[in-house]
Amino acid sequence: MIKISEKKSVLKLENLTIKFGGLTAVDSFNGYLNKGELVGLIGPNGAGKTTIFNMITGIYRPTFGNVIFNGMDITGMKPHVITHLGIARTFQNIRLFSEMTVLENVLVGEHSWLTNFAARKALHKHDPEEYPRPRWKPWFWSAILKTPDYLKMEKEMKSHALELLKAVELEKYAHLSASALPYGPQRKLEIARALATKPSLLLLDEPAAGMNPQETHELLEFIENIRKKFSLTILLIEHDMKFVMGICERIYVLDYGKIIAHGLPKEIQNNKKVIEAYLGDEIYV
Amino acid sequence: MKRISVRTNFILTTIFVIGSGFFLLFADNTFGDYWSRIITLIAIYAIMAVSYTLVNGVTGIFSLGHAGFIAVGAYTAALLTLPIQQKAMSFFIEPLIWPLNSIQIGFLPATIIGGIVAAFFAFIVGYPSLRLTGDYFAIATLAFGEIIRIVIQNSYSITNGALGLKGIPPYTTVWWSWGWLLVTIIVIGSLKFSSYGRALRALSEDTVAARAMGINVFKHQLTAFVVSGFFAGIGGALYAHWLTTIDPRPTSLGIMLTFYVLIMIVLGGLGSISGAVLGAIFFAIAAQWLRIVESPMNFFGITIPGIPGMSMLIFATVFILIMLFWRRGVMGKKELSWQYLYNLFLKKVGDQD
Ligand SMILES: Nc1ncnc2c1ncn2[C@@H]1O[C@H](COP(=O)(O)OP(=O)(O)OP(=O)(O)O)[C@@H](O)[C@H]1O
Ligand SMILES: [Mg+2]
Repeated sequence: MIKISEKKSVLKLENLTIKFGGLTAVDSFNGYLNKGELVGLIGPNGAGKTTIFNMITGIYRPTFGNVIFNGMDITGMKPHVITHLGIARTFQNIRLFSEMTVLENVLVGEHSWLTNFAARKALHKHDPEEYPRPRWKPWFWSAILKTPDYLKMEKEMKSHALELLKAVELEKYAHLSASALPYGPQRKLEIARALATKPSLLLLDEPAAGMNPQETHELLEFIENIRKKFSLTILLIEHDMKFVMGICERIYVLDYGKIIAHGLPKEIQNNKKVIEAYLGDEIYV
Repeated sequence: MKRISVRTNFILTTIFVIGSGFFLLFADNTFGDYWSRIITLIAIYAIMAVSYTLVNGVTGIFSLGHAGFIAVGAYTAALLTLPIQQKAMSFFIEPLIWPLNSIQIGFLPATIIGGIVAAFFAFIVGYPSLRLTGDYFAIATLAFGEIIRIVIQNSYSITNGALGLKGIPPYTTVWWSWGWLLVTIIVIGSLKFSSYGRALRALSEDTVAARAMGINVFKHQLTAFVVSGFFAGIGGALYAHWLTTIDPRPTSLGIMLTFYVLIMIVLGGLGSISGAVLGAIFFAIAAQWLRIVESPMNFFGITIPGIPGMSMLIFATVFILIMLFWRRGVMGKKELSWQYLYNLFLKKVGDQD
C-alpha cells in the first residue's frame, strides 16, 4: 500500500454508504484523491461504481457518510451547485443533448458561468477569507435585453467553446447535430461539455466503452493531455484493464459495494482478491 | 453552405417587419371590418401560442393551464378599463369591491398589469406543480387552470361570477394586437436564443444531464413558466378587449381555449416560435371557415340543418391525426429564418456542407 499525505486531498469520501431498499449498493467507501492525480475505480458489473459517482455529484444522497471536496462538506448539495463548485462528469451511457449542435452542447456547459451564485455563496460561507462575498448579477434580464455585458459574455462563451472543441478535435463538426457524430467523438464531446463548466475534478464513467483498440489508445493520450492542459484531477471508472493499468496512478477495486483492494496498478494486477472477483470474466483477467 | 450574416439577417428582418406593417395598414383599411377583426384575432392567438410554446415546446414541460393565465389577464385588464358606470350597472348580484369599483385606467397600463397579475398566478401555480414531472405536472396544471376558472365563476364581488363582464371597451385594434405580438416574439425569441434558452432546450431533452451541467432545472422551468404566464396574460387582456364580453364558461376562457392553443402550437411545431405564429394564423382562418359547417347548408335542394359543435369535432379529429402522423408539425423545432428560407429555396444542388 502507498502512503500519501492526505493534506492536499481534492476529494475525500468518508464512510460513503447508500442503501436501495434492502440492497447496500455501496458500503462504507473510504477514499481520497490528491490534487492532479488520476485514479481508477474498477470492479465487476453492479459493484457500485456509478453509484459512487452519483453520490459525489449529488444525484443520490448517501445514506451515511460524507463527501468532502476541497475541505468543504458537499454531502446532500444539489447537483448543479456541485457542478458549479468544480466537479464535472460524463455518463456511462452517453447523455448528450442530441437535438442540439455540437457547439451548443458545449455552450450549455458554459451556462454555469452565469448562474453560479449559490455555489459562490456556499464557498464564501465555508471560507470567507479566501472567497469574497459574491455579487449577484441579473444575468437573466441582461440576456433578454441583450445588454453589452451579456453580448460580451456570449462572445467569450463562444470563443471558449470553440477552443474546447479544438482541444478535442471536433471543431469542424461544430454546427453538426450531436447525434450525427460517431460513437467515439460523442464520448469526446461529452468530455468537452464537462470541461466547459471549468471543473477542477473530472469524473469519467467508462470513457473507453465501445471503442476499438485504436480509439482506446488515442483516448488514453487524450485524457493525459487534458489533464495537463486544464490541470485536472481525474477519477475514472473503466472495465478495460489494459486501459486502467496504462493510465491510472492508483486504483480502487470495488466488489459488491465494498473496497476489496487499493493500490498501485502493479499491486492490483497481482492481488488475489481482485483476480477472484473477476474470475469467470476472462476478458478482464 | 452559405451562411447569412447577422447584418443581412437584421436588415431583411427589419424590412420584413416594416413591410408587414404596411400590409396590415392596407388590410385594415380595405378588407373591411370583418377581416380587420380576424387579423386582430390572429395576433391575439399568436401571442397565446408563442407564450404557450415556450413552456410546452422549448422547455418541454406539458402544461394544460394556459387558459387559466389568459383568463386572469383578461379579467384583470377588463376590470381596470371598464367604465365606472358600466361596472355599477353590471354588478347587480353583488357590488364590485373597492378600489376596483372606482378606477378606470388606460388600455396600455391595464394590459401590462394584466400580464403582471397573470405572471404572479403562474408563479403560484408553477412553484408547487413543477415539483412534479411529466403527466403529473400536466394534471396539476389542468386542475389549477380549472380552479382559477371556478374561483372566477364564484367571486361575484370581483368578477361578477357567472354573469361575466359586459361592455368592455373595444380597444384591441390591429395595431395593439400586432404590436404586442412583435414584443412577445422579440422577448421570447431573445430568451430562446440566449444562454438561458439553450439551458431550457437542454433540460427539455435530459434533466439529469442538464443538472450535471450546472443547470438549476426547477428555477429555469419556473422562470419560463412565469414569462409564459405574463404573455398569456397580455394575450388575455387583448382578447377581452376584442371580445368586449367575457365570462367563465369552459368554452370561452376555459380548457377549450387551452385546447385551441395546443392545436396551434402542435400544428406549427412544438418549440418553434414562427411555427406557433403559423399555427395561429391557420387556426384563426380555419375556425372562420369551419363556421360554414355549423350553419344550415343547401345541397341540391336538400337543406341540412347546422350542427353546433361540428367545427370542434373536426378540430379534434385534425389534432388526433397530427399527433398520429405528423408530430413535428409545420416547422418541427426549427425557426422560419432567412437561412431556413435560403436553404429551402435557393440552395443549389450539390451545394451542401
Ligand atoms: N436508483 C437505484 N435504485 C435501486 N438500485 C440501484 C439504483 N442505482 C443503482 N442500483 C443498484 O446498485 C448496484 C450498483 O450499481 P452501479 O450502477 O453503481 O454499478 P456499476 O459498478 O456502475 O456497474 P456497471 O459496471 O454495470 O456500470 C446495482 O446492483 C444496481 O442495481
Ligand atoms: Mg456503471
